[in-house]
Amino acid sequence: MTAQTASTVAAGCAAPDQAAPLPLSVDLDKETVITGTVQAAGGDPVAGAYVRLLDRSGEFTAEVVTSPAGQFRFFAAPGTWQLRALSRFGNGDATVTADRGVNEVSLAVA
Amino acid sequence: MSRESALVSADWAEKNIAAPGVVFVEVDEDTTAYDGGHIAGAIKLDWRQDLQDPVRRDFVNKEQFEALLSSRGIGNDDTVVLYGGNNNWFAAYAYWYFKLYGHGDVKLLDGGRKKWELDARPLSKDEVKRPATQYVAQEQDLSIRAFRDDVVKAIGVQNLIDVRSPDEYAGRLLAPAHLPQEQAQRAGHIPTALSVPWSKAANEDGTFKSDSELAELYAAAGIDDSKDTIAYCRIGERSSHTWFVLQEILGKANVKNYDGSWTEYGSLVGVPVALGDEPGKA
Repeated sequence: MTAQTASTVAAGCAAPDQAAPLPLSVDLDKETVITGTVQAAGGDPVAGAYVRLLDRSGEFTAEVVTSPAGQFRFFAAPGTWQLRALSRFGNGDATVTADRGVNEVSLAVA
Repeated sequence: MSRESALVSADWAEKNIAAPGVVFVEVDEDTTAYDGGHIAGAIKLDWRQDLQDPVRRDFVNKEQFEALLSSRGIGNDDTVVLYGGNNNWFAAYAYWYFKLYGHGDVKLLDGGRKKWELDARPLSKDEVKRPATQYVAQEQDLSIRAFRDDVVKAIGVQNLIDVRSPDEYAGRLLAPAHLPQEQAQRAGHIPTALSVPWSKAANEDGTFKSDSELAELYAAAGIDDSKDTIAYCRIGERSSHTWFVLQEILGKANVKNYDGSWTEYGSLVGVPVALGDEPGKA
C-alpha cells in the first residue's frame, strides 16, 4: 500500500483492508492498535466475521470485517475495551487492556 | 414517511430480487465487498468515486448525478433498494443523497450486507449490466442538508445531535476506531450538541430497533420536537443513518444532515468547541 492510498482510505469512514500491513504513516508511538484473529472451535480462522469494538461502557466504537485469514485491527486509545465477534459459526467476546503500540488479542467464536 | 415506506426486510428483498421496476444498489466506500459477491442483479455505487466531486469537497452536481444514474440503468420510476456494509452507513448516505436529488421511490434494506451475510443468504459474482436510461434529477432539496453556517447558528437554538461514538464526542478519539487516530481537525464536539451514537438506533445485526425503542431513545436524550434538528458525525455517513431514523422511520419534521460534519467543523477557525462528555454551553 502506498502512502497515497493510505491517506485516501483515511479520508473516508470504511474499514481498510484488514489483511494489509500497517500503513507506514501509522506512528506506533502514538497509536493504540488492537489486532488479532477470530477462530472457530477447532482453531480455524473465521473469514468474514464482524468484529465490534465496544468502549468501557459497552457502547459501540467501531466494527470491521475479518480478512480471509480471520484478522481484524482497530486504532483505539489506551484503556480497557471489549471485543465482540458475530459470525455464521456463532459469536464470541473478549476484553483487552490496551497500551500504545500493538496489542494482540485472540477471539474465539462458538 | 414511515418504516413501511422507507425500509424493506431481507425476506422481502430475497422475494423481490428479480421484480420488474426494482433496482438493488450496493453502496460502499470500499467496493471490494461487492466484487467478492453481491445480491443477484444489484449494481454498485462507490461512495467516493461516484458521489463526490473529484476536485472540490462537494457532491456531484445535478447533471453529473443524472449522467451517473442514466449510465447505471436507474430510471426515474424505479424502486431503488439500497444496501451496504458498515451497518448501512453508506447506503443510508446514498438514500439521503437520492432524496436530495428528488428520487421518488427509494428504500433501505434493513440490516444491509451484514444481516444478509449472517443469514447466509445467497450472493452472486455475476457481472450486472442494465440498459441505460434518461434519468432526470431535481434541484437539491436543501431542506434536508445543513451547511456550516446553519450549524453555527443552531448552537443553543436547535437540536444538534452528534452521532459519533462517546469517545469521539468527548474528544478522546478523533475518528472511528477502525481508522488511524492522527487527524488534522481538533477533537471534541459542537457545544450544546447531544450525544446519541448512531449505534443506539441499531441492533447488533445492523437492523433498526423498533419504532417504540427509537422514539424512547431520542426522547430520553432530550430531543425537543418543537425545534428543528441537525445531525452530524465525522464525514456525514453515520449521521445519514440517524437522519434516516428521525425523518424516514419516526417521521419527524425538519431534520437535516450536516455532511461537512466534524472533518469540516473541527477545522474551522474561530468556532466554539466543547470537550468532555457534557454538551457544554452556547
